[in-house]
Amino acid sequence: MYVPDFEYHAPKSVAEACTLLAELGERATVLAGGTDVLHKMKVGKLAPEHLVSLKNLDELREIREEPGRVVIGALASHNQIYTSQLLQRRYLSIPMAAHTMASNQICNLGTVGGNIVNGVPSADLPPILIALNASIHLQSANGDRSMPLEDFFHGAAQTRIEPGEILTEISIPDQATTGSTYLKFGLRRSGALAVAAAAVSVQVAGDTLYGVRIVLASAAPTVLRVAGAERSLVGRRIDDQLLEEAGYLAEQASSPRDSIRGSAEYRRNLVGVLTKRALRKAIDEGHA
Amino acid sequence: MAQEITGKDGVKRYLITLNVNGDAHSVLVKGNAILTNVLREQLDLTGTKKGCELGDCGSCTVLLDGRPVDSCLVLAVEADGREITTIEGVAANGRLDAIQESMINHAAVQCGYCTPGMVLSAKALLTRNPNPSEQEVREAISGNLCRCTGYVHIVEAVMATAQGRVTPDDH
Repeated sequence: MYVPDFEYHAPKSVAEACTLLAELGERATVLAGGTDVLHKMKVGKLAPEHLVSLKNLDELREIREEPGRVVIGALASHNQIYTSQLLQRRYLSIPMAAHTMASNQICNLGTVGGNIVNGVPSADLPPILIALNASIHLQSANGDRSMPLEDFFHGAAQTRIEPGEILTEISIPDQATTGSTYLKFGLRRSGALAVAAAAVSVQVAGDTLYGVRIVLASAAPTVLRVAGAERSLVGRRIDDQLLEEAGYLAEQASSPRDSIRGSAEYRRNLVGVLTKRALRKAIDEGHA
Repeated sequence: MAQEITGKDGVKRYLITLNVNGDAHSVLVKGNAILTNVLREQLDLTGTKKGCELGDCGSCTVLLDGRPVDSCLVLAVEADGREITTIEGVAANGRLDAIQESMINHAAVQCGYCTPGMVLSAKALLTRNPNPSEQEVREAISGNLCRCTGYVHIVEAVMATAQGRVTPDDH
């Protein structure tokens, strides 16, 4: 398969990359792991004049703990996240979500930054990161900005990244949550896109839920947080009926489409079931 | 950084070093050259197969710094200076690797098109985890599609290798 011609750049630092991207503007596409960008170029959906590779920016591959937060560099691969002892200890739900993304070969190439910037509603990492209240950091020649990951997505494959910006890191704040999980239903156990998926985080004390976040994948044109279902749970005593109702509210809030992976009706049903099961798992098993 | 060379034709090419199976190769490639094609066409290493060319089938699997990747989704310039193992680098000194012996013993090769990728995925697994469960073996080769559907024998071959049940030269 043919990859259209482009001019290749491999800047040596984030600053150099930003300067270059400022010059090239919309004529440039950023290359990280390549599993989305090269795929799109091969099938004719993308033909950038310039490709700016981030391969020399090793500082963006780091996963580290800082006072008050855990930081994941945007170039960390899915397998790097899956095998990170730090993430396994702090938020096991993130490595487990990374592991569901694709085959081993793709998980060794694809990066968390690419998974986010690509903006598709079936991406596996954004839901669990949003459930854990993650924010992202963007850098450009005009300066830096941070925003909650939740605010980054707005519509089918639409994100708030501007030409010239690079997503550099994902930050997960220390938090009061007691559990989180990502449950995905795919047509195969390995390497399949989500037909539907639910990520949740919970804050439990005794038998009461004090905080909940519920985020759905492949359930709407964009990754979807379901505030109504969350509100129905806060301050309530945990029982199966309550979780069932939250699942129903999530189902009502979703607007999946008919696709080759599943009908809208089937997906809505999955949303209810997965939300209920994810809540139960996070309540019972912690960050799993 | 790879040396840039602009030819009389005005086309920019890059002089890169690919460390393939222990040998350093200097090759001149265009920016849009895909690693699979450079291995096959410039280095004559045709053991790496081309299937879907979109990262689904795994027939182009090579090890990049020891990790399996789909070489159809890697630009050759991106692999500059890195260690690559192709199927040609698995046998050493004219002797097949235990996993290759085991594949033969278990009749785990049918048409053979997926075999190089399967061997490399299995090899990477056994290097990282010498004692995998059957589930772990299945997971490790889940990115390698066998359209002869010979998975049962392939999994048996990998398990036998892990358990040291491979007798060389009995085929």
